[in-house]
Amino acid sequence: MQIYLPIAEVSVNAFLLLGLGGLVGVLSGMFGVGGGFLMTPLLFFIGIPPAVAVATEANQIVASSFSGVLAHFKRKTVDLRMGTVLLIGGLTGAAIGVVVFNYLKSLGQVDLLVKLCYVIFLGIIGSLMFVESLNAIRKSKQPNAIIKRKKHNWIHGLPFKMRFRVSGLYISVIPPVLVGVFVGILSAIMGVGGGFIMVPAMIYLLGMPTKVVVGTSLFQIIFVTAFTTLLHATTNYTVDMALAVLLLVGGVIGAQFGAVIGAKLKAEQLRILLALMVIGVCLKLALDLLFMPSELFSLGAAGGH
Amino acid sequence: MFRNLLAAVTLLTASVPATANEEVVLGLSQNRVAITANFDGSEILLFGAVKREDIIPDGDPLEVVVAVSGPLEPVSVRKKDKKFGIWINTESVTIDGAPSFYAVATSGPLREVLSLDEDKANRISVENAIDSIGARFEKSNAVEFAEAITRIRTNNGLYSVQEGSVKVEEQTLFRTSIAMPANLTEGDYSTRVFLTRGGQIVSEYQTQIDVRKVGLERFLYNLSRQQPLIYGLLSLAIAIFAGWGASAFFRLVREGR
Repeated sequence: MQIYLPIAEVSVNAFLLLGLGGLVGVLSGMFGVGGGFLMTPLLFFIGIPPAVAVATEANQIVASSFSGVLAHFKRKTVDLRMGTVLLIGGLTGAAIGVVVFNYLKSLGQVDLLVKLCYVIFLGIIGSLMFVESLNAIRKSKQPNAIIKRKKHNWIHGLPFKMRFRVSGLYISVIPPVLVGVFVGILSAIMGVGGGFIMVPAMIYLLGMPTKVVVGTSLFQIIFVTAFTTLLHATTNYTVDMALAVLLLVGGVIGAQFGAVIGAKLKAEQLRILLALMVIGVCLKLALDLLFMPSELFSLGAAGGH
Repeated sequence: MFRNLLAAVTLLTASVPATANEEVVLGLSQNRVAITANFDGSEILLFGAVKREDIIPDGDPLEVVVAVSGPLEPVSVRKKDKKFGIWINTESVTIDGAPSFYAVATSGPLREVLSLDEDKANRISVENAIDSIGARFEKSNAVEFAEAITRIRTNNGLYSVQEGSVKVEEQTLFRTSIAMPANLTEGDYSTRVFLTRGGQIVSEYQTQIDVRKVGLERFLYNLSRQQPLIYGLLSLAIAIFAGWGASAFFRLVREGR
């Protein structure tokens, strides 16, 4: 069944969109990532104009994250206090990110920088997570080995300490705010929720327990992507409601399944799966940059992206 | 002054007898294309007749060329080059006007039914319909960029040339159909019909096809442009409601078991 999208001005198969939404929704629920880093390139691939894809994806992430976070609230795996601290940083970062994005746009190199951002961040995070998860799995298989966690590092020397009960942490608010700002900037530039960066940062930098990380990052993502959606809708008019509805119907259903699957898998398995996926997307994007494209030319609205 | 000149030109052409006595009478199966939610392309039938006072002239047979053009809009074309080992956009050229849609249908091979001069003067074939003059002043290789537009849009089904798809009967009746793809944009689509003999245009007829979004498509589009904040908030409300709805639904399903 074909459907004509009013803002994107293209006609696409409705079931294809539902399926894509569902697939990304499952990932969202499982890993606490918004799934934007997968969905946005997929939307480009089926012919949605990039500007519309990025803006609409932000709206869709709101839905799947909201659905996901409710499931996590039920399991009490959301650290609201930490989420709020991250959010304050996130909104600041998103505002900075939009300014940076518009500057890059004026240089005409925004596509390249977005792709390079993807390759670099996905590459680093994917490999780090992969190695770490492999080690964790190896250690857990040896019965006598003790899983050593660095409890004290430089982060614990910083001022403005706050107690995060759900996470079992007593740390300075400076690192979470900085993580929020950083993720906010990236999410505005890359058109993603930023979960794939925030989740590892929360685990490795802040030392939060994996189970809490997922719900908390979803909580933060909802607000940052909602902010981004409004910015896009009011400045670029690129949020396509019809596209968003189709994606989110698939997405919210998928997120529910994802949360159930996520609860059944072990933390190490969860991380290694996410790591593999991140590396996969990174490689695909890197190869696109390295190999000669079949069409050297690309079209855009004049003066636009 | 321009008007006087125009009048003079009109007088001049009117005084040439051979060209004035064949006229197009055209009918369209529809002069409006409504883009609805389940719009997946449309086919417009064109049928016409040649009205003439005299008998059919001898010599070259009558041929028909139909050109349907979407609104012209500026397009920026970027070219990738290999730099530092990766493929990045290097050159960019802005083409002043390229039609969003373009279809040419002819009654025979294009160059046989229409001379190159007539084609250029009336901007009939796709290459001539793209306005790249401004760009050519700026960049010497602008033609390459204009060709890229033609190539990419032809691959997307937006540009097409159908030689021989106009059926002409007894040099008097003709018909053809123009396929409009699903990824159509709004606007006034100019539809031109040319009658030619020996490659020279003997008569021209112009009309318009309105391509418009209707219903929900119209409503959403207008809302997004006129009330962007409300539109954005509405999108978010739908998103949050759908997220909550699915969560509540699945809770019920699980508790029901």
